[in-house]
Amino acid sequence: MTVHLKQDAPDNRDVLDGTGQGVIGAPLPRPEGLMKVTGTATYAAEYAVEGCLEGVLVTVPVTRGEVLSIDEHSVLTMPGVVAVISDERMTGRPAQGMAGEAPFQPAQEVCYWGQPVALVVADTFEQARDAAKHLAMEWRSEDAPIDPASVETEEDESTLQGDLAHAMAEAAHSVDVVITTEGHASAAMEPHAALAQWNDGALTVHASLQMLKFNRAELADSLGLEEEQVRLLSPYVGGGFGSKLGVSQEVVAASLAAMKLGRPVRVVMSRQQVFQTVERRSETHQRIRLAADAEGKLTGFGHEALVSNLPGETFAEPVLQSSQFLYAGENRLLKLDLARIHRMTAGSVRAPGEAVGVQTVEQAMDMLAEKVGMDPIELRLRNIPEVHPAKGTPFSSRKLAECLREGAAAFGWEPRPRAPRHTREGEWWIGTGVASGARVHFVEEAKARVTLRPDGTALVETDMTDIGTGTYAILGQVAGEMLGLVPDDIEVRLGDTDLPPGSGSGGSVGAASCGSAVFLACQGLREQLAKRLNVGADELALKDGFARWDGGEKALPELLGGEPLECTGHFEPGASTEDLTVSSFGAFFAEVAVNRWTGETRVRRMTGAFGFGRVLNARTARSQCLGGLTWCIGNALTESLLFDPVDGHLANCDLAEYHVPVNRDVPDLEVLLLEERDAAASPIQAKGVGELGLCGGAGAIANAIYDACGARVFAYPMTPDRVMAAMESSRPPSEST
Amino acid sequence: MRPFDYQRAERLEHAAQLTGEPDTLALAGGTNLVDLMKLQVETPQTLVDIGRLSLGTIAEDGEGLRIGALATNTATAVHPRVLADYPVLARAILAGATQQLRNKATTGGNLCQRTRCYYFTNIDQPCNKREPGSGCGAIKGIARIHAVLGTSPQCIATYPGDMAVAMAALDASVEIASERRSRTVPVRNFHRLPGDTPEKDNVLEPGEIITAVTLPAPVGGVQLYRKVRERSSYAFALCSVAAVVDLEEGRFTRADLAFGGLAHKPWHDPRIADLLIGSEPSLALFDKAADLLLEGAESYGENDFKIPLARRTLAAVLCEATGVEP
Repeated sequence: MTVHLKQDAPDNRDVLDGTGQGVIGAPLPRPEGLMKVTGTATYAAEYAVEGCLEGVLVTVPVTRGEVLSIDEHSVLTMPGVVAVISDERMTGRPAQGMAGEAPFQPAQEVCYWGQPVALVVADTFEQARDAAKHLAMEWRSEDAPIDPASVETEEDESTLQGDLAHAMAEAAHSVDVVITTEGHASAAMEPHAALAQWNDGALTVHASLQMLKFNRAELADSLGLEEEQVRLLSPYVGGGFGSKLGVSQEVVAASLAAMKLGRPVRVVMSRQQVFQTVERRSETHQRIRLAADAEGKLTGFGHEALVSNLPGETFAEPVLQSSQFLYAGENRLLKLDLARIHRMTAGSVRAPGEAVGVQTVEQAMDMLAEKVGMDPIELRLRNIPEVHPAKGTPFSSRKLAECLREGAAAFGWEPRPRAPRHTREGEWWIGTGVASGARVHFVEEAKARVTLRPDGTALVETDMTDIGTGTYAILGQVAGEMLGLVPDDIEVRLGDTDLPPGSGSGGSVGAASCGSAVFLACQGLREQLAKRLNVGADELALKDGFARWDGGEKALPELLGGEPLECTGHFEPGASTEDLTVSSFGAFFAEVAVNRWTGETRVRRMTGAFGFGRVLNARTARSQCLGGLTWCIGNALTESLLFDPVDGHLANCDLAEYHVPVNRDVPDLEVLLLEERDAAASPIQAKGVGELGLCGGAGAIANAIYDACGARVFAYPMTPDRVMAAMESSRPPSEST
Repeated sequence: MRPFDYQRAERLEHAAQLTGEPDTLALAGGTNLVDLMKLQVETPQTLVDIGRLSLGTIAEDGEGLRIGALATNTATAVHPRVLADYPVLARAILAGATQQLRNKATTGGNLCQRTRCYYFTNIDQPCNKREPGSGCGAIKGIARIHAVLGTSPQCIATYPGDMAVAMAALDASVEIASERRSRTVPVRNFHRLPGDTPEKDNVLEPGEIITAVTLPAPVGGVQLYRKVRERSSYAFALCSVAAVVDLEEGRFTRADLAFGGLAHKPWHDPRIADLLIGSEPSLALFDKAADLLLEGAESYGENDFKIPLARRTLAAVLCEATGVEP
């Protein structure tokens, strides 16, 4: 049977609070954790398949142009080389998240430097890699804009309300500031990889992907196959962070090769190829304007941003997403512009939009607090709007004020107007900063099948992925809570398109969407069990493997009578959020040390407080937040894609030169989970948490830098040179360094 | 990676003979060479594995210390004599790479570490160091990590290491052997400036093998290694300073300074010691030292910051070494 719910109304029943098994929300370890840390969880490239050929993608050093010819014979005589694949179905770009259709084809039309255009297949990886460097090609190249400031821009979205310019002119206090951020890479640990097998018209691909139902459609469309001919397997994914939302070039190339050669083909991108060809977060150029009255109440709010992407791509980093509703201000101007340039595809990198759009607003708020002469937390509290400031819709739930207050208490925040350079330890200025956080909430259609097996254990199945987030754990917990089972009695199978299509992992939709599908399936099972016992479903209690009702008790195996019981849950987003603003919220606190000589900045501690609806597993949720805080550190201080000004190629394309934080950069991080129930967000009252932890926190670090040394830096990442220069310009003439 | 022949040298003479052949490179720890081979930046026809040679010993050498070319960075950094008498060397080594890399990397290999220039490591970009005559992509490109001292129109790459910077401050020497002769070269003269032949990182000739680095008799004093970088580990220096400094009666009696991240070689300018020795430490004096250091410095836009950064880092190190309050 199937239980289908299109959620058109908030669900205030809080069913999971009344079930009584006590596993929902518990900080349980991941069931697959031991396999992952002992190397026995098998990732896409690791399957031992007999007769498997190895493919290496061939890229061209052209910014824009066309491959005119590929001389296969230049490499076919090399040892071990089997084939050169340059099919016109090859894809030069990845599919955008949830595209569900083929990305740009053919690959031979080159739009960015380093685009893959062909695949060399050989018996061994080493042979293929060598031959890939020897493949002779002819191409034509043409001039291409690579600097977003050099082209005319197109408007992507705008909100206009009242008269911001007038509000700025009339304001008792105002801030008008331009802040830039540079491109980011997802930098997942597992490189993009695919192992394709073609048998009797059926394609099976082990791949590292986040959203299988979309990926299946993208791959089928790329290849000219029916979706039913394609099976994707991604039971374990070594991080995605957006870079595996859509199928990228290696998946299509491996599939084409397997189809052409009739043999299994594996393609693993090199680290450099992952950096250069998959996707980037766009750099941004942002202008923030805040107008406030004498008491610090916002009267005007402006946020304009310029981002970039390749011609033909619909994605524009949604920088303004949470600026729409985070703070009050009746006069509003929000505008997003897009520049078409020839750097590699811009797409979703963890928390697209807020990951770079909140921190800039939070810096401006810090500057405003200083002008008003007010504690920056107080300024924020005063400007939390009652309803969405443009749409007038109320918030479904919002813990922003609580996050600010309780986070401040946990952090030991001193409530006072900021006055920089108050504390020095040797060469290091010490300071603290705060920022609000917000991330819009999405849900996505999802199906999951739950089977109660005759022995009283349960099986949860969906094509949903676990990209390191804890999906295996939380889906088991939802099922355990609903069916009265301990987690050890639940098996969760994921990452296989033969299973019912889930939401996929992206946009923080997974937990609420697939969790709801499992919830619905379990509701169906409960109803069936109740029916067998002739009791109402709400009169039935399931706990520790027993069904109990008024006057009776039965162990599940007995109740099942040797037969399995199965139900598919089908969750669909509906109108429940239509007249509401639904978002997760948080607050960030950072203490930094800034070197008075060199501008080197080290984060000494961070606290993050987050409210995102029901917590399904306190351990994995906290883990997501810890990861988010770590991203804040990289975002604030070190991460930056460096594009060559001449040909636009990405210069720093490995983990030695693209600086994600290392262990030593990440101090003790404290996470507060502020539980709430959001009835509109999902039937299990949960919102997304996967991305919230990095939406604003870099602003807390920026504000802490100012509090420490008096330097306002208006460019992320705040590398030593930038902090040093800002210290120079902010230094009162009477003082030395 | 190009296919290559692998040979294992059993004796030093054998190694010297083999590496004298064209397109042949010596393999020690492999932490740099193997990466560059994967990127096809290095394409030797033959690799001569010298890892089995008996060159790993760290031993007394008169009053000084002789560090075998195959002694690992880890072994050197934790050696009791190094910790006691040459702490600047231990600090510099520990400031570099990661523990895993230091466990493999060797003394000789580290001296021969090649630049991290983005254009050098990308074979689809011009680079005079990798492919003489192809041009320099960095000069008009991403030059953030590049040199400001001793550059040439052909090349603005830096020597990326830390260990050799400390060795330059300590005035260590490199022992080099070949089939025909042995010679000793001061570390300060081992690396070269790019000039018109940027493809040559150092003075090592084909068929020459580094056998050891010798440290002179200990000189004591305050020994510091200061490395400025964006993240606190696993990053190459934007600028670094190795300092061996001593004072008597409030005046400098020793001021051996070497700088990393600024040039194609560990930078040592004897005029700085001449200026400092005999003088009382002060911020004004440190500024004069920086004037000497940065005389003739040239930057390329993205690395403009290295000039003030070097000045500030030098002042920071000298303040720490002398107790001068900024």
